[in-house]
Amino acid sequence: MSDIPISHILFVSTALFFIGMYGLFTRRNLITMLMSIELILNSVNINFVVFNKYLYPEKLDGIFFTIFIITIAAAEAAIAIAIIINLYRSHRSIDVEDASEMKY
Amino acid sequence: MTAAQIIFYILSAFILGTAILSVTTRKIFRSAIWLLFSLIGVAGLYFWLEVEFIAAVQIVVYVGGIVVLIIFSIFLTQQSGKEMAKASLVRTIASALAVVFGFAFTFLLIYDYGFEAGNKNFDWSVSKIGSQMMGTKEGGYALPFEVVSILLLAAMIGCIVIAMKSKPEEK
Repeated sequence: MSDIPISHILFVSTALFFIGMYGLFTRRNLITMLMSIELILNSVNINFVVFNKYLYPEKLDGIFFTIFIITIAAAEAAIAIAIIINLYRSHRSIDVEDASEMKY
Repeated sequence: MTAAQIIFYILSAFILGTAILSVTTRKIFRSAIWLLFSLIGVAGLYFWLEVEFIAAVQIVVYVGGIVVLIIFSIFLTQQSGKEMAKASLVRTIASALAVVFGFAFTFLLIYDYGFEAGNKNFDWSVSKIGSQMMGTKEGGYALPFEVVSILLLAAMIGCIVIAMKSKPEEK
């Protein structure tokens, strides 16, 4: 258990965060951008659990933050998909470049 | 190398590999399936960390809820076999460079800081989590719990209102 240094686990979560950032930068499709955001939120969750377990094992606050983040991510995904489906009805497309009426 | 170490490195490679495939594949349905595998890998990492409760929540909410929702919305909005348009080369290179340098910088900071792990055992149990979640004393999470429950209700009503088809005016 403790034979893995904490920095190796943080390597995984940092890499996952930046993979999500890469997806957010390159994708132009709303659903795939939402998937990148899910990856980023997951990397944050890993960080919370690992810090809680390794650095403050007598407390539970990291676990609570993880649970709340998962809950809010579920609400956010539901809202985002409702908006995406509504956008598809009016624009016949879910590309971010096509939804620019509110840009200026 | 012990078995725990080998399992950890296999899990990490699995998570990162499927995540990279998920953000780079051109077919949107495959992208959702790779995301599913990546989330299962993260749940496996929680099992490896011996926080089985979070792993179960991860599987139930993410794998069973969010990914299914995403796949449904793909079916509702796209032809799933069609390939997505390629990002322009300049954008790909620029974002890859930004991501690689950002990762190198962040990880260098983390590595230099050198977190000192204690030797104490992490003792959590579902009953401890539950009593602290509902606790109103110091360290209790009753207020955030109520706020999140109101947020979920608002999100649910908001989804229905947003996605509802507006009826054509009768007469």
